[in-house]
This record gives sequence, structure tokens and C-alpha cells, in this order.
Amino acid sequence: MRKAKRIVTYLFLSIASLFSLFPFLWMLVSMTNKSVDVTKGRLLPGTHFFENLKQLFLTVDMVPAFINSTIIAVITTFLTLFIASLAGYGFEMYRSRGKDMVFNILLLSLMIPFASIMIPLYRLFGDITPIFPSIGIDTLAAAILPTVTTAFFIFFFRQNTKMFPKELIEAGRMDGLSEFGIFFRIFVPTMKTTYAAAAIIAFMNSWNNYLWPLVILQSPENKTIPLLISTLGAGYAPDYGVIMTAIVIATLPTAIVFFFMQKHFVAGMMGSVKG
Amino acid sequence: MSHLLRKNNIGWFFIIISVVAIGLFYFYPMVQALLLSFQSGMGANLQFVGLENYVRLLNDPTFIAALSNTVIYLLVQVPLMIVLALLFSVLLNDATLKFKGFFRTAIFLPCVTSLVAYSVIFKYLFGVDGLVNYFLVKFGLLSEAINWLADPLWAKVIIIMAITWRWTGYNMIFYLSALQNVDRSIYEAAKIDGASSFQQFFMITVPLLKPIILFTSITSTIGTLQIFDEVMNITNGGPGNATLSISQYIYFLSFKYTPDFGYAATVSYVIVVLIVILSIIQFRVAGDRK
Repeated sequence: MRKAKRIVTYLFLSIASLFSLFPFLWMLVSMTNKSVDVTKGRLLPGTHFFENLKQLFLTVDMVPAFINSTIIAVITTFLTLFIASLAGYGFEMYRSRGKDMVFNILLLSLMIPFASIMIPLYRLFGDITPIFPSIGIDTLAAAILPTVTTAFFIFFFRQNTKMFPKELIEAGRMDGLSEFGIFFRIFVPTMKTTYAAAAIIAFMNSWNNYLWPLVILQSPENKTIPLLISTLGAGYAPDYGVIMTAIVIATLPTAIVFFFMQKHFVAGMMGSVKG
Repeated sequence: MSHLLRKNNIGWFFIIISVVAIGLFYFYPMVQALLLSFQSGMGANLQFVGLENYVRLLNDPTFIAALSNTVIYLLVQVPLMIVLALLFSVLLNDATLKFKGFFRTAIFLPCVTSLVAYSVIFKYLFGVDGLVNYFLVKFGLLSEAINWLADPLWAKVIIIMAITWRWTGYNMIFYLSALQNVDRSIYEAAKIDGASSFQQFFMITVPLLKPIILFTSITSTIGTLQIFDEVMNITNGGPGNATLSISQYIYFLSFKYTPDFGYAATVSYVIVVLIVILSIIQFRVAGDRK
């Protein structure tokens, strides 16, 4: 009886893992095959990878899109970490009734669906465009700005700040550090793990963001990777091998980030739900 | 006392950027959207029309389709995913299980993919000349290829499958972390009392995980109500409007059809209202007898 239950468990988990992994395996294998072999259900690696890669770079502006996505994701990650950790620390370390109320109001923004603020945001950037063209519609700055401050990360840093030893702050004050000095010299270096976790999540969110860039970035040279991927295969006879190569390249950065920092990632997500 | 006061004032400097940014990029647009929902017109030429947009909403078959599709996604997908995630986490929490790390990583891995990238993969897997058809025909399960994405029911099923594939592992991680904090002796005691695995699951695990189940069901509800990337890239809302979601309809109203920002804003407030109502219900249901 016990043994039978064990077998069912392993079988169930194995099937679930297969379902989870299969799209990855398929995309990796298809990247090395000709389009016609992909449609013929070939599940073995082929020798067509370099041809696909060449074709991809010849037909699609993969490099500029990659650069745009990288710029947006890196800047977004830095700004998110900076702004949210300042706020999380500020809310946790300097309590007052007013601030608790402000915090609760900020949390309410988590319930605001993006679709409902998309048009007003678009119009806001439309109003900014004639005055500051460099942060107006169709600029990378406009793609970045509304995404860098989210209540989720403020909440995340506030939760993690609870674990920060308060004695260090007293020590800092005794050494004559200013309040911001304490934050930058003591808090930031101590909380490296928290920052790493937040960086992974922020980078992934930004790298994979689709709707807002779709709305705000219009010219072809400003396209990001998700925008590019969504337009692939729109032609009459899509080249599946080439498309799969593009998708693998698009997934690689977040997959690498995840694999190297898996521990932080999981710890980070857990940190955000601890009471 | 003066020392404390000084610190409190400095505290405001730490949070000022966030307050300004969230005010500017969330709450200000939210108010603007409300004002917009009482206006109508093409593109930038908007006029106040009172409740006209809200009346239009009730007689708009496309909106009704988008709303019912989104509600179907929600009602089928969120419970399905949460039950699966709970099941995986309970199975993986067993200390004697082998290959735990492998199973956990495998089930979690989908959530590192971009929504657009995995949507495209699902689109090709279920295309007419896609892999699923190829194997179903090859093994004689189908006599000829089915155009899954052109069938109103199957297209919805595939969208639901796709979202479940992407997010189950994500929710599982939350349950796993919560389970790790549960004292094993509770289960030992239950076993001695003769409780079956089923009883242990419903009498111990579910009640203990209640807060985290509430958290994940609310975040999943909010996420599914906003579903956009998948329908846009797997079916583009078709066939007909059989998979169209509310977010996608808002996008189409603003940037694809003749732009009507006012009416789009009206539609968007439906998601807001739904999120608020469902969150309150979920809090009520989970927060009873406390």
C-alpha cells in the first residue's frame, strides 16, 4: 500500500515535470533544426543552429532590441532597488501614524490594474513630450519611468528590513554618521541578499514586460525583445527554426539570472510573504 | 524627544520619491481614468457625455464577450492552479522523497520565461501543423489535425493550460516555504491518531496555509483578471471574440479600433470594480471565525 502510493507520487511528479520541461526542450531542439523538420515533429537536435542564427540576424533587428531591453532592464533594476529600499527602510525605521497611513495607501496601488491606467499614462507622457522630448512618447525613458516604483518592492524591502539588527543603527549614530550615511554605509552592504533577490525579480519583470512598451514605444528602433518576439512569424510562412532561436535568446538572460541566483530568488519570494 | 522628532522628519525624505512616483504613475492616472470614463470622442477630441459610456457597456456584445471570457479564465484557472500548486508542495514537502530538487526546479522553471515567449511556443505547439497535432495524428488518436486555436472552446482551454503551465510553480514556492515552517510533530501526532493523508491535508495543511492561500488566490485573481500577453500572442482574441480578454479589449479600443479613450477607460473600471469585489469576498471567506 505504502509502496503503491510512493509509485503514484513519483509517476505524478514525473509527468508534471515532463509537462513543465517539454516546451523548453522543444524550443532548444527546434533551435537547431530546419523549419520543415520542426513541423514534422523532429525531437532530436539537428545541425541547423548556425544557419538559423545567421538567418535571424539577417531578417530581424535582434541586436538593437537586445540592447534596448538590456538598457531598460538594467536601469529599471537599479532605480527600483534604490527607490524601494529607501522607502522600505524609511517606513520601517521611522514609524509614525502618518507614515503607516501613507504606507497603506501605497499598498492599495497593488490593486490598480495596469489596463485601467494605461491610457491616462499614455496621455500623461503625451503632455510631457513637447516640453521634455527626451522622456516623452517613444523614448526608453518613458518605458522605464512608470515601472520603477511599485508597492510590491517597497513592501518587500520593508518586510526584510524587519530582520535588520537595530543596534547597527545606534552604532552608526554614535560614530557620527548621518541618517542617510547609515543607510548607504551600513544598511545597503548588510542587506546584500535582499538586494540580490529584489534585483532578480525586478530584472525579470522588466525584461519580460510587454504591454507598456507596446503602448509607449512605437518606432522600430525602440523595440524591445518581447515586442520583437510577438511580431515574429506574422508572415505567410514562418520559419520555426529561426523563431525558436529568437525565443531561446530572449529567454536566456532571465534563465541564466535564475540559475545562478536560484537560492536568492526563492529566499526573496519567501521574504515577501513572511509575516 | 527632539531627537525622535528629527528622525521622524528625516524618515519622510526616505519615502518621498516613492510617494510622489506612485501618486503620479498610479493614483493620478486612476483619477484621470475615472474622469475619462465620463467622456467620449475620437482620439484627443473628448467631450463629457455623462453616463453614456456606462450605458453603452451594457449593450456592447464585444464587452460582454470579453467580460465572460475573463471570468471563465478566472473561475477555471485560479482554483485549478491553486489545487495543483498545493498538491505539488505537499508531495515535495516529504523529507523522504528523492529527486526533490529536480522536481521542484522543473515545476518552477516555467515562471522564468517571458509571457510573450511562452505564448508563442504554445501557439506553435497547438497550431494546425503544430507538434500536438502531429503526434495525435501519428499515434492514431486523431484522424486529422484539429485547428485548436480556431475552435472557441479549445482556444479557451489552451489559454487556461498556458497560464497554468506558467504560474503553478510560482504559487507552489509560496506553499513550500510556508510548509517548511510547519512543525512536523503536528503530523506525527495526527498519524498516531490514525488520520489518513487526506484528513491530514484538509485538517492540518489547508488550515495552516490559509493566510498564504488567501495571498496567492488574491494575487492570482488580480493577475488573471488582467490577462493580456497570452491572449494577444496565442489567439489574438479569436476565433471571433472567443478568447478576447478585458485588458485586450481596452487595448484594442485605445490603439487598434477607432481610438475612444473615454469608453476604454469605462471598460477598464470594470476590472477595478471586479478586483475590489473579489478581494473583499476572498478576505471574508478566508477571514471567517478569526
